[in-house]
Amino acid sequence: MDFTIPKTHQLFRRMVRDFVEHEVRPAAKKMDALGYSDMDLVRKLAENGLLGVPFPQEYGGAGLRELGYCILMEELGRVCTSTAAIVGAHTGIGAMAIYLGGDEAQKAKYLTPLARGERIAAFALTEPDAGSDAANIKTRAVRDGNRYIITGSKIYITNGPIADLFAVMAVTDPHLGVRGGVTAFIVEREMAGFSIGTVEHKMGIRGSATSELVFDEVIVPAANVIGQVGAGFITFMQTLDTGRLGLGAACLGGAQAALEMMCRYAAGRVQFGTPIGDKQSIQWMIADTATEIEALRSLVYRTAWLVDSHQPFTLEAAVCKLFGSEMASRAIDRALQVHGALGYSRDFPLERMWRDARIAEIFEGTNEIQRIVIAGQVLRPYGLRVRP
Amino acid sequence: MDFSLTSEQQMFRQMFRDFAARDVAKAADQADKQEELPARLLKRVAAQGFMAALAPEEPYGGVGLDAVTYTLLLEALSAECMSAALTIHVHNSLGLRTILRHGSAALQEALVAEMAAGERIAAFALTEPAAGSDPTCLRTAAVRDGDAYVLKGEKSWVANGGLAGVYLVFAQLDSRITAFALPAETPGLVVGGRQKTLGLRAAAITRLYLNDCRAPAENLLGAEGQGYKIALEALDFGRVGLAAVALGVGRRAVELGVKFAAERVQFGGPIGQKQAIQDYLADAAAEVAATEWLVRHAAWLADSGKPFGQEAAIAKLFASRMAAQVTNRIVQVHGGYGYITDYPIERYYRDARSLEIMEGTTQVQQIVIAGGLFAGTNVRVRP
Repeated sequence: MDFTIPKTHQLFRRMVRDFVEHEVRPAAKKMDALGYSDMDLVRKLAENGLLGVPFPQEYGGAGLRELGYCILMEELGRVCTSTAAIVGAHTGIGAMAIYLGGDEAQKAKYLTPLARGERIAAFALTEPDAGSDAANIKTRAVRDGNRYIITGSKIYITNGPIADLFAVMAVTDPHLGVRGGVTAFIVEREMAGFSIGTVEHKMGIRGSATSELVFDEVIVPAANVIGQVGAGFITFMQTLDTGRLGLGAACLGGAQAALEMMCRYAAGRVQFGTPIGDKQSIQWMIADTATEIEALRSLVYRTAWLVDSHQPFTLEAAVCKLFGSEMASRAIDRALQVHGALGYSRDFPLERMWRDARIAEIFEGTNEIQRIVIAGQVLRPYGLRVRP
Repeated sequence: MDFSLTSEQQMFRQMFRDFAARDVAKAADQADKQEELPARLLKRVAAQGFMAALAPEEPYGGVGLDAVTYTLLLEALSAECMSAALTIHVHNSLGLRTILRHGSAALQEALVAEMAAGERIAAFALTEPAAGSDPTCLRTAAVRDGDAYVLKGEKSWVANGGLAGVYLVFAQLDSRITAFALPAETPGLVVGGRQKTLGLRAAAITRLYLNDCRAPAENLLGAEGQGYKIALEALDFGRVGLAAVALGVGRRAVELGVKFAAERVQFGGPIGQKQAIQDYLADAAAEVAATEWLVRHAAWLADSGKPFGQEAAIAKLFASRMAAQVTNRIVQVHGGYGYITDYPIERYYRDARSLEIMEGTTQVQQIVIAGGLFAGTNVRVRP
């Protein structure tokens, strides 16, 4: 047993925190108020090597593996969930699909510019009739010689309006169903027939752009198939496994920030003649939050270790996402309550954190899907097959 | 025991629901986005007599609703638009009712007819930046000047600020809290900027500055030094009203959840067929049902002239928590559709969160309730 974070990663955290305080914090409120992704900030993330953190250096990444990526997501999550969502969609699932499923040529051509942040990625799975039921996608890819013609639409795609490259899942053989019948593709924004549809107005993570993608007979070379034809579902599910861990790390950061705000306010706000932090009700909220944060921190970094040491982590990643998202919402909700009316005010960041945090219980697999995944893993040895 | 509504109460409820469905529902989404209630809606509310809900028929032409019927009104309104319900609640529960109980004859004559007609909406100005849960920290000061008073200070989180024609203001007079009714046109009374909030965006919540505002003696509410008691009494009744607001929000959220779960197909069937979703909705419905009877019981106690402070605090505590939990769960039932602003549940969820904070936070309700529980023992409950 050794829980020490390597020196490189400690230095990395310090560097990221400095970057986040100087560059992300000033942008966070503005992106929320105006509802757009600040591309200057995205450029600065790229310049600082923060868009390819987990990937090997040979592909333009920082070579800091999953541990480094979790540190990044935790630090981003402390200050701006929108920025964490931009990076999560780009690195954690968009580029990750190519890293996990792509061949060397694709990694050279596509992963490298993504890891360097020269191009931005998105992950396109969800459709109007395929939310939690991801296997029910209708977007069709028809083989035509050495290319595929993709027709259909995707919705709720994080980074849709700002991305250059899209990992897209489409049906290649409707008879084979989800195992064997769906394939993952790399689609470039410039390809004819591709367009961005409706941009969503959301409760939170308003600095992270979400949109529809429209595929109107988009011609994609067969060389852009990620992995094997028919293996798209497996690639995407593996990608989401990894993505869930990063999401849990971002939740850890959000909860930690909420705890610190709660403590600071409780120590300074005087009512009934003493700081409200003297009251047991407030102390209990703080104690419960600190307890849950400790649990999540252990979960996240242990799971990162599982990933980096090539052990199975499907169960653990789903636990990180489920527990982390619900815990972060609770922590931020408590912090808001401790601040009273100030917490409910848009002049103070807590209400933004509260709106932002809520998405983590929904996207990248709703928490209901996480429970299905977890129940499936836990019940397998007992001979029970868990179906949605 | 009789849990049924009288035929008159049932008739009123139908009328409230019809009005809400016809006039409030269509304005709610826009009101949230534009961050104000349309003037037209407020006119329609006044024309229906809802601004006179708690005023007696004689001599003010009021509607004189009993508390139970009044909770039906707030519930019907909040099911469509919580901002609208809150505006009417603050005017009636905190403003009009307090002036009727504690205002001088001259004050009532001067203000109540206009208030009942909705021409003079009431605002309740108790909270200050340094006095939230602890109103004894008030800094706004009143001094005597002949047979009038002069008020100076700053208020925050004033619901109906700017919209109001009369402000109920609580100030320290010789270190004793004293309540005044200040018409909006009082020189020196300045409404500050809107305090923008997570939800309740169509409700007008502002700061208020009192720059040497003169209040003639007849604008005193109750007697000098009775302000704290008057505020607590108003808030006791206000808690029943706010619990009714929460009830409307929760009940509608469950309806929205059932509708969505019946229509949304995933995995080959409506998601309502999944046990997990059924559990969410069943728990939500149970909490709404429990709230309904807490609200009605507290209102019935008020109508019967019995003490209801403890029951009101319990209703507010439970109802606000219910509304926050239920809307949260119904957002989850909607999945991604719950997070975008195209579906109403997103607004209900943001609005509901205010209920655990305003008019006494959950923690303040716990203190009130614990105080009641330990009355007559050697335990002294202090905040």
